[in-house]
Amino acid sequence: MKSGDGHRSTLARTHALTWKSGPLRAALRALKKIAFRPCVSIFHELVRTFGMLWLVVTFGVYGVSACAQVTSDRLVNSGKEPQNWLTYSGDYSGKRFSTLDQITARNVRSLTAKWVFQIGATGKLETTPLVVDGVLYATGQDDRAFALDAHTGRPIWIYQHQLPSDIRPCCGRVNRGLAILGDKVFFGTLDAHVIALDAKTGNVVWDVIAADYRTGHSFTVAPLAVKDLIVIGVSGGEYGVRGFIDAYEADTGKRKWRFYTVPGPGEPGHETWEGNSWKVGGAPAWNTGTYDPATNQIFWPTGNPAPSNRGEGRAGDNLYSNSLLALNADTGKLNWYFQFTRHDEHDWDATQVPVLIDSGGKHLVAQANRNGFFYVLDRSTGKLISASAFGKETWSETKDSEGRPLAKKEASPTLAGHTVCPGALGTTNFMAPTYDPQTNLFYVSARDQCDIFSTAPQPYEAGHAYYGSAYFPSEDAEPYLGFLKAIDPATGEVKWKFQHTSPTWSGVLSTAGGLIFSGDAEGNFIAFDASSGKPLWHFQMGGAVYAAPIAFAVDGKEHLAIAAGSAIYAFALP
Amino acid sequence: MPMPAHPTAWKRKYPQSWVMSFMLQRRLAARIVMATLCLLSTQVPAQDHNPLAGNAKAAKAGEYEFRINCALCHGLGARGGGRGPDLTRAKKIHAHSDAEMFQTISNGIPGTAMPANGTNGQGVGMTDEEIWQIITYIRSVEVKAPAKPLGDAAHGKQLFYGDANCSLCHMVQGKGGRLGPDLSSVGGSRTREALIDAVRNPSRRLAWGLTEPTKEFPQEYETITAVTADGKQIKGVALNEDSFSVQVMDSAENIYLLEKDKLRSFQKSRESMMPKYNADVLSDKDLEDIVAYLVSQGAK
Repeated sequence: MKSGDGHRSTLARTHALTWKSGPLRAALRALKKIAFRPCVSIFHELVRTFGMLWLVVTFGVYGVSACAQVTSDRLVNSGKEPQNWLTYSGDYSGKRFSTLDQITARNVRSLTAKWVFQIGATGKLETTPLVVDGVLYATGQDDRAFALDAHTGRPIWIYQHQLPSDIRPCCGRVNRGLAILGDKVFFGTLDAHVIALDAKTGNVVWDVIAADYRTGHSFTVAPLAVKDLIVIGVSGGEYGVRGFIDAYEADTGKRKWRFYTVPGPGEPGHETWEGNSWKVGGAPAWNTGTYDPATNQIFWPTGNPAPSNRGEGRAGDNLYSNSLLALNADTGKLNWYFQFTRHDEHDWDATQVPVLIDSGGKHLVAQANRNGFFYVLDRSTGKLISASAFGKETWSETKDSEGRPLAKKEASPTLAGHTVCPGALGTTNFMAPTYDPQTNLFYVSARDQCDIFSTAPQPYEAGHAYYGSAYFPSEDAEPYLGFLKAIDPATGEVKWKFQHTSPTWSGVLSTAGGLIFSGDAEGNFIAFDASSGKPLWHFQMGGAVYAAPIAFAVDGKEHLAIAAGSAIYAFALP
Repeated sequence: MPMPAHPTAWKRKYPQSWVMSFMLQRRLAARIVMATLCLLSTQVPAQDHNPLAGNAKAAKAGEYEFRINCALCHGLGARGGGRGPDLTRAKKIHAHSDAEMFQTISNGIPGTAMPANGTNGQGVGMTDEEIWQIITYIRSVEVKAPAKPLGDAAHGKQLFYGDANCSLCHMVQGKGGRLGPDLSSVGGSRTREALIDAVRNPSRRLAWGLTEPTKEFPQEYETITAVTADGKQIKGVALNEDSFSVQVMDSAENIYLLEKDKLRSFQKSRESMMPKYNADVLSDKDLEDIVAYLVSQGAK
């Protein structure tokens, strides 16, 4: 039963009793009008009528917390409720842009920590929190999920998934966050479960197993709620899984569709795999995609073919590894694909967030790719519009007729090993980028690092690491450089860059206050001027950042939140 | 098809005893199941001797595992890299027996850059069997220490604390200067060639990502030159740094805690403050003696 039903019937009863009394009838009609509308409209109506101050005075601190149902309409129209952060990237387009504008270049110097929530576990935090009507939801290491009072940081509930001892996470026991829909939150686990929790209590509503963790399947991605479905992509490219993207019914946990990112026999693209290599072909889907409600298409990026650094034995393009997929949201059917790196031998997963940008009547999708190129595609057709290097790269010297960069033969790893840029960690990686529609710039954390790639033949063995290679720092021992870069999608030009002390794993947020927020490996949370890249404010959080910031509002006041070290921090003006 | 699983939600808020007993029961049941599985399976369990010792096939598999998981720091062929010790030395600081080595690989070494298995954020966690393969491989490439040390350690010590001036900046077993890395254990973790190169060409490769025993973060000993607002010139070694502040030690071992935006100028260089010891300053023979001294200390 949905929690709204009880409310509705009580109101109907009251309504019936007072049907004949005129003034009450009018009042109730007004109440009913408000009560049955989505929270967002009430909020906006009240703000429009009485102003934000009235709202704060009347409802007090917790005034707007009563709306629990996050409908799919609210997700589509998330821009109308900037006080909330409803999806991994803040909205379906993946822009990670907030229209909140109270914190500006002028006043950001007085920004201060509001609260800190210690997770109580060690290891990296990669989570992007969600905020819904004053409640912040996030995930921690080892698959715990929790709800906090976003005003105070105090926990409301904490759920700890019980993990088996022999899980196979490739890159730390991490989780990048949740999805919310209706009265439930959803996340994937390192033992390949998909779990729905009651948003108010943290109780398990359903828990399904998507795949066998013992063969290297896991989930680290924040799922995406689309219509009545929960879309999630598998991890395990380092274990030779056959990648897939799943959609589960939010109410029941029943699987609606699965798209295998490596085509099976008889399917188009199957011919791009040598022999039986497709069975262990990788192409995981471990970062959250985006959604275009206008065309009902999900844009989901995929990762490296397996083994990640050795092409021998899997001759061919290895579709749909390192690709962007446009899928029909209802059926999971492929509309188009674009492969960024063919037959990859450098672990250059293309799992970076595909950001939907509309410019000059064109519907585009842009991605700052791990292989060092910034790609802009037409999102109706998947046709390449431009590809420009945004960091140090040595693997490509020519482009095909479409303009797609092609790998040099000499870039392939060898037994003795030789240097290729970018290195295995890529020019960028999973860290979420942002697109600021006010500056029309795309901001991303970038790294200049080259590695020696060397082959290490490895037979496939279920549940065992399946790299086929190794990489090391290049012999010249150049220091690794890390930047925040602002890219103009129209030209591919890097407009400005800020050099960090060392490369960062932090995501980036833009706000309508003309600011860019990001973190660094030394533990700073930093506000930059969006136009110039000048750092305007910073706060030392005491732990490296592997997560992306968000913006939200409580008490009518703009806040920022980000995970660093083993804690989540919230900031606001005093 | 997705299968329903047993939901277990533990809530901190309500640590009721039935929750605990339920969990304990589950844990006990899990142990029994695990024990049975261990008896039935052919997997290699953690134990105190290497079940694959001397197995050439295991050593080959271990070589590849080593490349994938260890070579990033310990170098190709286990000969030591920028931040990891040379593992071809028969004598190791943290692990003598195979069982100790297994523990070191599994749990890491606290206070150093050596991570616990599966936690370094890049590599893939290894199974017990894979760890034993790596140990088998390391044993297969170990070089026994030369019967006779190449240099004269006693003379090397005299030079270290005397004419060669090493101890002005370096400490061994608590004695010496503070500006450069503590060299107490370097003889046990770096090859002779790496030590010689570090003396002949100190700037060629700074202490790249080196983690000192007393620190949990890497220090690279970059050279900082700064001028404060009141015009004071500071030249020293970076103890730590971020985008907004830097902590510096100068050659007089003063520590400066500087905020970058308050400085008149700030420069960072990878030209080491350590002087370059050419052969005309320090003969090959004398250098060999110093290395012998460091090795004798490091192997303790």
